[in-house]
Amino acid sequence: MSRPHRFRLTAAVAVATAAAFTLAACSSSGSGSSSGTTSTGGGSSTAPLTASAPGITSTTITIGSHQPLTGPAAPGYDEIAPASTAYFDWVNAHGGVNGRKIVYKYLNDAYDPTTTTSVVRQLVLQDNVYAIFNGLGTPTHLAVVSFLNSEKVPDVFVASGCDCWDNPTQDPETFGWQLDYIREGKILGQYVAQHFKGKKIGFFYQDDEFGMDGVKGLSDEIPASQVVAKESYVDTNVNVAPQVAKLRAAGAQVVISFSIPAFTALLKLTSLKLGYNPQLVVSDVGSDPITLSGLLESFAKQAGATVNGNQLTQGIITDGYLPGLSASDSWYVLFKKIHDQYDAKEPLDGNFFYGMAVAYTFVQAMLKAGRNPTRADLVNAINGGLPQGPMEAPFAFSASDHDGVTGAYIGTIQNGVIVQQGPVLTTDATATGAVTTYSGTEQQAPASGIPSP
Amino acid sequence: MVEFLQFTLSGAVFGMVYAAIALSLVLIWRGTRLLNYAQGGMAMFTTYVAIEVIYKTGSYWAGFVIALAAGIVLGAICERGVVRLTTGRPPLNAVIVTIGLLILLEGLAGIFYGGQYRSFPPAFSIIGLRVGHTPIGVSRFDVFVAAAVLVTTLAFAAAFRYTAAGLRLRATAFNPTIARLSGIRVARVLTVGWALAGLLGALAGVLVSPSTFLYPSSMDTIFVYGFTAAVIGGLESPVGSVVGGLLLGIVLSYVGGYLGSQGPDLTALVALGILVVVLMIRPDGLFAGARLRRV
Amino acid sequence: MSTLPRRLATLIVVAAIVAFLSIKLSAFRDYQIAEVAYEVTAVAGLTVLTGLSGQISLGHGAFMAIGGYATALLLMHLNWPFVAALVIAAAVTAAAGAVVGIAAARLRGPYLAGATLMLGVALPAVAYAYPATFGGDQGLDVTFTVPASLSNSVPPTRWDAWVGTTVALVTMLLLANLCYSRIGRNWRAVRDDDVAASLDGINVAAARIRAFVVSATCAGVAGSLLAIITLNVAPGAFTLALSISLLTAAVIGGLGSLPGALWGSLLIILVPTYATDVATSHGLSSSVGSNIPIAAYGVVLILVMLAFPRGIQGGLRRLVALFGGPPGREREPERKPIATPEHSEKEGSS
Repeated sequence: MSRPHRFRLTAAVAVATAAAFTLAACSSSGSGSSSGTTSTGGGSSTAPLTASAPGITSTTITIGSHQPLTGPAAPGYDEIAPASTAYFDWVNAHGGVNGRKIVYKYLNDAYDPTTTTSVVRQLVLQDNVYAIFNGLGTPTHLAVVSFLNSEKVPDVFVASGCDCWDNPTQDPETFGWQLDYIREGKILGQYVAQHFKGKKIGFFYQDDEFGMDGVKGLSDEIPASQVVAKESYVDTNVNVAPQVAKLRAAGAQVVISFSIPAFTALLKLTSLKLGYNPQLVVSDVGSDPITLSGLLESFAKQAGATVNGNQLTQGIITDGYLPGLSASDSWYVLFKKIHDQYDAKEPLDGNFFYGMAVAYTFVQAMLKAGRNPTRADLVNAINGGLPQGPMEAPFAFSASDHDGVTGAYIGTIQNGVIVQQGPVLTTDATATGAVTTYSGTEQQAPASGIPSP
Repeated sequence: MVEFLQFTLSGAVFGMVYAAIALSLVLIWRGTRLLNYAQGGMAMFTTYVAIEVIYKTGSYWAGFVIALAAGIVLGAICERGVVRLTTGRPPLNAVIVTIGLLILLEGLAGIFYGGQYRSFPPAFSIIGLRVGHTPIGVSRFDVFVAAAVLVTTLAFAAAFRYTAAGLRLRATAFNPTIARLSGIRVARVLTVGWALAGLLGALAGVLVSPSTFLYPSSMDTIFVYGFTAAVIGGLESPVGSVVGGLLLGIVLSYVGGYLGSQGPDLTALVALGILVVVLMIRPDGLFAGARLRRV
Repeated sequence: MSTLPRRLATLIVVAAIVAFLSIKLSAFRDYQIAEVAYEVTAVAGLTVLTGLSGQISLGHGAFMAIGGYATALLLMHLNWPFVAALVIAAAVTAAAGAVVGIAAARLRGPYLAGATLMLGVALPAVAYAYPATFGGDQGLDVTFTVPASLSNSVPPTRWDAWVGTTVALVTMLLLANLCYSRIGRNWRAVRDDDVAASLDGINVAAARIRAFVVSATCAGVAGSLLAIITLNVAPGAFTLALSISLLTAAVIGGLGSLPGALWGSLLIILVPTYATDVATSHGLSSSVGSNIPIAAYGVVLILVMLAFPRGIQGGLRRLVALFGGPPGREREPERKPIATPEHSEKEGSS
């Protein structure tokens, strides 16, 4: 007796839902596919600005990204996209890219690959972005690489050190940017092998591709006989006491740590608790002095230090592929000026620097892509190689190599700042490629803050 | 041998934190027959209040006390304002409401305090204590954590059993109608129960945040293990919370220490294993009361 | 006996509506339809488990993970066609559901909640422990393309929407038949009073295990759809938050109701994206702007739950009744809440 009514109810609501969907659709932009005009490449500098590709109009360039803005992976990484936005704001205020303003639309994926696939499809299929820029995270970005490549959307300067972005044959649209973890492991490993001969070495690494690639690089350079312990951690378990106890029991005098800042701090704190004081060598990912000091400052009083958290980071060896945060560096001066003007609330730390530097590289690439670029023009521009910009070492970009920066310098943390020790070192991502000194010099920041085309 | 001691003691300290969360869940369960999924979120929020006070006044203990007070207030507000409205409804509604509360609290923390990791100070020294020259893996602060949780557990266990207020709490949970008929102000008892649970959560938050750092989702994993500890120990028993917490913390520490490179990955699976084993033998937890025969 | 044609008719109407929408709406909306499709499949199974048979599960994401990984491995390593992979993935998940159901058969209320919560956390961690097979942190890539005969006329997201909707509707049909059969009635009997049900000759444990198997299978099928729609399975996709959102969708939509599964899924998929759009368009600072949608979502959950104690489906029924229509299905007798003590539970130790 009641069934027919329920059936009508369900059908009625279904029709209402369909109507609501259709109404919503009427207000959303239509679907887009990459059907840009044929390439006009450079063109003269007075040619009119056209809508030469999806995401490009005569006045704007719209790019998209996926970032972890909330959730456990957010602390620290959520500063990167606002920093890039600050740099783009500066560029927009000073003439833009060939007169076009950059619109940077980044969406939150909370470091969940399912959400990443959803927001990237939204950016590409609904918002018609020109390119995906600086997508953050290895498992998250891997979820969208094949989609972006099949849709022929440029996927530039991925924010992850996985060497899996270097796959030009299968993923021609995808490019890395930062120093990949294998290279970093080799550079740190060679330094340790040279400066700590005969000492016992222990590894402390995150149990994912970041840590494991780092260990791979380290093992290429450090003799296996010196390595007495390899302890991994998962970032959901903050009790690292068992791992540190084992490092201590093995007698490791040097601990090389491929850890995120929180776990670098935990390593230090737990070592204090166990009365263990090895020389710490930390990956660039986990060694930003400002972040570490911030994490450790509450413990300084109770850890025996009489000044501030900087005491606890003193002497940590690390590497860096961006300029140090010191007032004598031209890039620091430039980025600080932009920071103070556009995003003064955020701390000016390693993450912020990263966001500005990668935005700078993007503007370099866009300027090289031409006055009315298609999507292919951007890819070709990067394949032709890009100048170093703020990086300490050259990029590897070419048609056959989509790796980002190729090297870094070794530094130690002194009074809360990374101080460079020795030259910049470059290498490749193979097991046998040598680590060599880079003879070039750091480029100075342009006075206008905008790269020359 | 030294390693074994270090693993055991460091695991025990974490276990005490799980016990603190477990205790607050037990309190709410015994008082209101509800699962408070927002317990970790409430603890996180009160810890943010504490850190703001500590920054502004420079005094750790001021922050500590204010955190506990904030916990009482937050618990009372949550019960009065939100959970009260689900009485008489299917109990899963209250669970969903507490889930909504958790999400809301994490969002508010992100809005007011930002998403950065915040460093939370320990109450006492974190330098390891030594027996002779060997560090045993605990510090003065760890001892404080263990003592604080133990004292609180005993206080609650005693209060439940021996005081009139404890009796009122238990009666209200057992049968609100009869309790009302006996003259118990049921509404007030419920609010008090949640307020006390808020206090316990706040305590857990300030005790564990030095080790986890403070950010909006910092208490999520702690909550899961605290819930597990409560279930292992039995949701009726405060002492069970401590036993469950210690068991979980110590065994997980051994897993991390002795199971080689796969150890850290297997922690959650081992926790599940412990849970399954305990519940197979005693479906209402280790310290359950006498059970009637079920079909 | 006339219910089956009626159900089929509803199915065909819904399928037609979805097909119409999938053509009219943009490619991204098609993707969202596909997302809703796999969400509904999982939530429908869970709402049957929790609503009809009275067993709570806070870890159904684990079953989705099993189905997803099984499908990914079969598709990528053995090159099986999707339908075959789907069937095997469903079977594997059913077996897992049986194991969990047997372990859980004696557990009640919060104890079952705690056990399933830990299941939801622990099972995806297996992918980290055996990275060679499961791809570790990075997970497994899945390739799933439109069949060659259609690839010119049907874009990939629309194909995803069709495949997803078809599987979801078939699952819902099977579930509906099950719910109104003797098996379903046994579930309700066990939920309402297991002692009486046992006296009536119902095998309580078997009924509860059966419910777990059915709901786990639905979640496994949903995981399989997730694998081919998102083209990736990784541990980060099967977090505790997923399991919680499934339960939330089930309760908010209307516990025990299949249309409720649809309303709940729509809510949890559309509200966060809508809230994000609103927040970002106001140019707030990043940490504030990205957390406002989260806080708003929490508020929406609370308000909807308080306003519609019987879920959205319950609210719709009231609305229909309010406008003079018949009250619809007979009101269910007041169910014994899942988490109260047995009437003679002892107050032993304190």
